[in-house]
Amino acid sequence: MRKLVVWMPFGVVAVLLATFAAGLLNPSDRAVASGMVGRTVPAFRLAGVRAPDQGLETGYFADGKPRLLNIFASWCGPCVAEAPVLMDLQRAGVEITGIAVHDRADDLRAFLARRGNPYSRIGMDPEGRAQIAFGSAGVPETFVVNGRGTIVYQHIGIITANDVPIILAKLRRAG
Amino acid sequence: MIAELGLAALWLGAALALLQLALGALALGTRHAGLQPALPAVAVAQAVLTGIAFLCLVALFMRSDMSVLLVATNSHSAKPMLYKFAGTWGNHEGSMLLWVSILAAGGALVALLERRLPMRTKTATLAAQAAIAIGFYAFLLFSSNPFARLNPAAPDGQGLNPLLQDPGLAFHPPTLYLGYVGMSVAFSFAVGALVTRDVGPGLARAMRPWVLGAWIFLTLGISAGSYWAYYELGWGGWWFWDPVENASLMPWLAATALLHSVTVLATRNGLPAWTIMLSVVAFSMSMVGTFLVRSGILTSVHSFAVDPTRGAFILGLLAVYIGGAMALFALRIGTVQSGSPFEPVSREGALVLNNLLLSGILVVVLVGTLYPLALEAANGTRLSVGAPYFNSSAGPLALLLLLVMAAGPLLRWRRDHPASLAARLAIPVLVLAAALLLVVAFLRPISLLPLLGLVTAAAVGTASLAPLWRRNLARTPLFTWGMVVAHLGCAVSLAGMAADSAFTKEVLVSLQVGETRRVGPYSVTFRQVSEVPGPNWSALDAELLVQRGSQAPFVMHPQSRTFTDPPMETNESAIATAWDGQLYLVVSAPQDDIHYPIRMWWKPFVTLIWLGGIMMALGGGLALLGRVDRDVFGWRRRLAGRAA
Repeated sequence: MRKLVVWMPFGVVAVLLATFAAGLLNPSDRAVASGMVGRTVPAFRLAGVRAPDQGLETGYFADGKPRLLNIFASWCGPCVAEAPVLMDLQRAGVEITGIAVHDRADDLRAFLARRGNPYSRIGMDPEGRAQIAFGSAGVPETFVVNGRGTIVYQHIGIITANDVPIILAKLRRAG
Repeated sequence: MIAELGLAALWLGAALALLQLALGALALGTRHAGLQPALPAVAVAQAVLTGIAFLCLVALFMRSDMSVLLVATNSHSAKPMLYKFAGTWGNHEGSMLLWVSILAAGGALVALLERRLPMRTKTATLAAQAAIAIGFYAFLLFSSNPFARLNPAAPDGQGLNPLLQDPGLAFHPPTLYLGYVGMSVAFSFAVGALVTRDVGPGLARAMRPWVLGAWIFLTLGISAGSYWAYYELGWGGWWFWDPVENASLMPWLAATALLHSVTVLATRNGLPAWTIMLSVVAFSMSMVGTFLVRSGILTSVHSFAVDPTRGAFILGLLAVYIGGAMALFALRIGTVQSGSPFEPVSREGALVLNNLLLSGILVVVLVGTLYPLALEAANGTRLSVGAPYFNSSAGPLALLLLLVMAAGPLLRWRRDHPASLAARLAIPVLVLAAALLLVVAFLRPISLLPLLGLVTAAAVGTASLAPLWRRNLARTPLFTWGMVVAHLGCAVSLAGMAADSAFTKEVLVSLQVGETRRVGPYSVTFRQVSEVPGPNWSALDAELLVQRGSQAPFVMHPQSRTFTDPPMETNESAIATAWDGQLYLVVSAPQDDIHYPIRMWWKPFVTLIWLGGIMMALGGGLALLGRVDRDVFGWRRRLAGRAA
C-alpha cells in the first residue's frame, strides 16, 4: 500500500506531462474559424454609410460574380495597415465589398477619405449582427464569396502583400 | 567580438557544469571520494563564466549591436537606455540566459557558504544543481542561441513590445527568476539528501535560508507584477487569473507550504517526507511556469514567442527533472525515518493543516490553468476558465488558511489543550465579532466573500500580533518578528482585496472639454487635451482637474499612447494615491473630435494589497536575517565560545 502511495506523485507528474505533450503536438490554431465557409452568405440587409449611398444585402452576392467581403472598422488599427493592400487589390480589378462594424458615418467617411476607398459597396453594421452571422470574431477579416453567394474562403487578420496571391487564386477558382 | 566571447563563455560554462556532474557522480562512489573538494571550485568557475556570457549580452543590447539577431529583433536604437538594458531579458533567449546565470550563481553560493552539511550531501547537492543547469545550457546552445549573428546586419531594430517598456519590466522578471532559481537550490538539497540518505534537521537548516530567500523574491515579484498589470494594462484590476500569473502563483504557494514544513523539520524533526516532496514540487512548479510561458501552449495576455520545438525541449527537461526527482522520492523515501510524533492540536498540527490548505489552493489553480489545455487535447473543445471559478474555489480555501494561520503561532509544539488555545484566541474572536457587527451595520450591501474577507482580516491582523503579547520585545528573536510582520501582511493584503472588491466605484463617461463628473469622493473636470511626443511614441494627453471635497485641486494626465515601432496603442493610466485609496483614470482615443471616453475608478484601500505584499516580503527578510544569523553563523560563534 505504502509502495503505491509513494509512487503516486510520479504518476501525477506523468499524466501532467502527457497532457502537455498532447497540447504541444496539436498546436491549436487560436484563430476562430467561421462555420459559414462552404455555405451561402447569411440573410442580412445593411444600410449605406449615409443617405444616398447604397448599402449591402444578401441578394447582392448572387449576380454570378466572385468578390471579396471585407469586415472592417474605422476604429481598428490593423485595418489602417491593411488599407493600402486593399487599394492594390481593387486597382488589380478585384471587387471588394465592406461591412463596417460598430462604426459611425462621420468616422468612416474620414477614414475612407484618408486611407482611400477600395469598396464598391459598404454596409453599416452598427451592432455587429451581420458580423456575427458571418461567423467572424474580429476585424479585419475577409471572405471570398463566389457568384452563387457561397462563402469559399475566410482570411483572418490583415491581408498582407504575401497573402495577395492566395486571395487572387481563391477568387479565380471561385469565378 | 563581444558576441563570440559571450558564446565561448557560455560553452565553457556548460562544459564545467558537465564536469561538475561527472565529478560529483564519481565522488559519491567509494573509490573516488577524494574528488569531493574539487566540486565547489568548479561550481564557482561555472558561475563566473556564465556571468560573463550574460554581461556580454547586456553589453550587446546597450550598444545596440544590430549585427546580433536577438538585438535586431528585440531592441531599437531610439529606445531609452534603461529599456535597452532591460531588453536583455525581455525576450526568450535573453531570459533563459538570465535563468541559467542565476542557476549557476545559486550553485556557486552553495559551494562557498554551505559548511554545516556533511561533505557527501553537499557534493550530491552540487551535482544535482549541475544536472539541472546542463539541461538549460543545452536548451540555450542548441535551440535558443542568444548570440546568433545576423548577416547582413539590420539598419535598426524591430523595437520592443511597448507594454513592456516600463520600469516594472526592468525588475519584474529578474525578481521572479531569483525566486524560481532559489527553489532550484532547495530542490538540489532535497535530491542530494535523498541520494545520500541524509534527510533530517541538518538538511532543513541548510535549506531554510534558500527557501526563505526564494520566497521573498517570489513574493516581491508577484506583488510587483500585480501592480504592473494594474497600472499598465489600464483595466483597473490587479489580478486576472491569467495563466502566466498563475504560473508565478503556483511556485509561491508551494514555497509558502515548504517554508513552514521546513521549519517543522528543522526545529522538531517532523514532516521529513512532506518537506522533501514540497521542495520537489516548488521547483517543479517553477519549471512548469517557465514551460507554460515559454512554449506558448496556453493563450495569455503575456504574448511571448510561440515555438513548439522549444516547448518540446523544455517538456523533455521537465520529464527528466521532475519525473526523475519523483522516482527518486518513491525509491528512497522508505529509508527516511518517520518524524517525531505530535498531537492533532499542536503547532505541527496547524502547520500540517496549513500545508494541506496551501496544497489544495495549488491544485485548484493548477487544475484551472490546465483544464482548458487537457480538454482541448481530449476532444478539441475550447473554453477558458475565468475569475469566477478561481475566486469561488480558491477564495474560501484561502480564508480558511488565514484562520488557521491566526491560530497556528499561538499553539505549542507537540501537544496543546484546546481550552488554552481558546483562551489565547479570545481577543481575536472578539475583534472578529466586532468587525462583523460594524460591517453589517455600516457597510451594507456587501457580498459574502468580501464580507468574510474584511472580518477575517480584522481577526487575523489581531491574532498575528498575539505572539508578541507579554514578551520582552527587545529580546524577541528576529525570526519571530519576521513571522509576525509577514502574517500581519497577509491580513493587510486581504483587507485591501476585500475593500477593493466590495467598495470600488466605476464610471465610464464620454466627456467634452469643460465637463465635470463625480466618482467616489472626487469631482473630475476635463480641462484640455493635447498631443505629446515621446521617444518612440506619440500620446494623446488629457488634462483633468481633480478635487476632493474642499481640498486643493490637482491635475492628472492619463494618456493614450500610439507607438510607431511596432504599431500599437496603449493606455497610460493616471493614478492618484490618497491614504484611503486610489483614483484611477484612463483615457481612450476619441469617438469623434470632441467626445473622449474616460474611465474613472475610485478604489478604496486598494494600496493595502501591495503594502501587504511588501510586509510579507519584509517579514521574510527579518526571518532570513534571524535564521542566517543562527543557522549559518551561529556555529562559528559556538565554536569560538568552545575554544575560549
